[in-house]
Amino acid sequence: MRDSVGTVRTVLLLGGRSEIGLAIVERLVREGAREVVLAARGGVAEPPGALTALGAKVHSLEFDATAPDTHTATVDAAVALVGDLDVVVDAFGVLGTQSDYEADPAAAARAAAVNYTGHVSAGLAVAARLREQGHGALVVLSSVAGVRVRRFNFVYGSAKAGLDGFAQGLADSLHGSGARVLVVRPGYVPTRMSAHVDPAPFPATPGRVAEAVSAGLRSGATTVWAPRVLAPVFAGMRLMPRPIWRRLGR
Amino acid sequence: MASQPERPVLLTGWGRTAPTAARVVRPRTAAQVAHALADAGPRGVLARGLGRSYGDAAQAAGGTVLDCTGLTGPIRLDADRGEVTVPAGASFDRLIAHLLERGYFVPVTPGTRQVTVGGAIAADVHGKNHHADSSLGAHVRSLTLAAPTGEALTLTPDGPDAELFRATLGGMGLTGVITEATLAVLPVETSYMRVDTDRTDSLDATLDLMARTDADYRYTVCWVDLLARGSAMGRGVLTRADHAGLRDLPPALRRAPLRHRAGSPLAAPPWAPPGLLNSWTVGAFNTVYRGAAPRRRRGEAQPIAGFFHPLDAVRDWNRLYGPRGLVQYQFVVPLGAEDTLVRIMEGLSRAGAPSFLTVLKRLGEGTGGHLSFPRPGWTLAVDLPADLPGLGRMLRRFDERLLAADGRLYLAKDGRADAETVHAMYPDLPAWRKVRERVDPDGVLVSDLARRLRLL
Repeated sequence: MRDSVGTVRTVLLLGGRSEIGLAIVERLVREGAREVVLAARGGVAEPPGALTALGAKVHSLEFDATAPDTHTATVDAAVALVGDLDVVVDAFGVLGTQSDYEADPAAAARAAAVNYTGHVSAGLAVAARLREQGHGALVVLSSVAGVRVRRFNFVYGSAKAGLDGFAQGLADSLHGSGARVLVVRPGYVPTRMSAHVDPAPFPATPGRVAEAVSAGLRSGATTVWAPRVLAPVFAGMRLMPRPIWRRLGR
Repeated sequence: MASQPERPVLLTGWGRTAPTAARVVRPRTAAQVAHALADAGPRGVLARGLGRSYGDAAQAAGGTVLDCTGLTGPIRLDADRGEVTVPAGASFDRLIAHLLERGYFVPVTPGTRQVTVGGAIAADVHGKNHHADSSLGAHVRSLTLAAPTGEALTLTPDGPDAELFRATLGGMGLTGVITEATLAVLPVETSYMRVDTDRTDSLDATLDLMARTDADYRYTVCWVDLLARGSAMGRGVLTRADHAGLRDLPPALRRAPLRHRAGSPLAAPPWAPPGLLNSWTVGAFNTVYRGAAPRRRRGEAQPIAGFFHPLDAVRDWNRLYGPRGLVQYQFVVPLGAEDTLVRIMEGLSRAGAPSFLTVLKRLGEGTGGHLSFPRPGWTLAVDLPADLPGLGRMLRRFDERLLAADGRLYLAKDGRADAETVHAMYPDLPAWRKVRERVDPDGVLVSDLARRLRLL
């Protein structure tokens, strides 16, 4: 339960090896969170030392984004470990390479399943629990890639567009339930996942994304951009004529 | 049965922080309370009064919250026995009006009349007379408790289940739902107070004057200015009073000595900008407020409402803290631990904590309630904006100081302490739990506070 100064006690990270996800968890632990569940395929055998050094109790859980039938059970298992879920960070995903996807349509569909439909079942399973407990926040890692889908990464971007819309709708469905959804739209963040793509303007670090999430959770925001300047930048991008948009390299 | 709406309602404490959702049911009789308890879902049931506890004491996320303000009915004054029997949902506002008209007053009143009798007992509230008269629990002659097992129990301080009586005083509603109480009353000749006011110039002078003169008055309290700089930090306005007799009143007031006017003419705006109350605005308010107080005045007749409940004059004043709400930090340290008190006040001052209601008071003997807050010592209450940068960390440091000095926090004000801290502050918690396990074996009664502090 969030306390009166905005500190939370328990955090569940779906995508337990996500660098951005872990940065968010670490930030919340620094602010006072005491119990963390890292959920990832195969579990997270060795929890990051930073979390335990900060005094958090870290649990590991099996979570398969591509097995929607198991998602409710995963949420129940997390509740069994730590009780009420104060914050759930939904951070799993794959980036991949657009040209590979175009060469292997089945691989593209599998990536889309992780990046979109996996979040549909996980998000609904989490939302059901938060509604039942009457409080809690779901942090959904969307991306600017989904704000307006670009030619150079439209498989990933379209899945993020779907996820972003899903998260907004989920947020509205939870209105008044005590639970809420925070949609996070980072720009280019250099991590292991994005190591193979060229840097883009206005980069953010995982730490900066975590800072934005923490501030958003405290203020009651529904959407945060990281860095913040991307909000006006993408407001402009949306208006860009299609012939120019199509030619954008990045 | 009272109607049971399907849609959950978002509830917060008076601080307006950390809302959680619950189904709200409004029972009108003790039987309906019993029914609601029997009907409990997996997330439990909790009684709520007028929602004046600051933190999360009166909310139960995902559960059922009983809005007990519907538990009303006649107030029965027994002048021969010097006691009054009140339904638990009656407010102090109504009770005080009823009693004053008949020449009586409540034995203890908190700083607002907008609390229910049930809520006041559950928090074992104290007032400006704590050093003389202890807290409300000391004046409860009996109470009726709807237990989760379905029984209606009548409890007295030395009856067969005195242990449950003690566990219920300050028990934060976690031992049962109080449906009715009999309180001792205080006969008064007038509805006025005879007030002595002194302005002090430093914290030392404030503490010294309070320590020396407390015993001479039934009611004492000191408003403190933490935003003043240097040696002026902790300067204050000390007010001490007794009930005014008929002869204490100026002739004009003697014609209607029990007249009681308690409206709330002003309402705070429904929306205040974030940061309205900051160290500049509150510092200016403090300077003006203190400047307006007399340096030394004796025997001034003040109406009861103005003396005890000045903030009741502004409805919804908590909204002035803006959308992020406020945190009240109230603690007590034993006599002899003045050093800790001063260090915390200095810490608040350094942080520029914009508290426009900082109240210092000496407490007397406690009631023996396991989780009851008051104990002999100094208590300080400060209101702080919940979004004050670094607030959580600062208060955790204060908690550590309190622990080292054998001090404690007031659960009715708390919304942020951690479980280990509170467990160490309330050594009777294990005994309280034993009583609770007996009356609530299935764990029906629960609150967000109880979950956060792992009280159950």
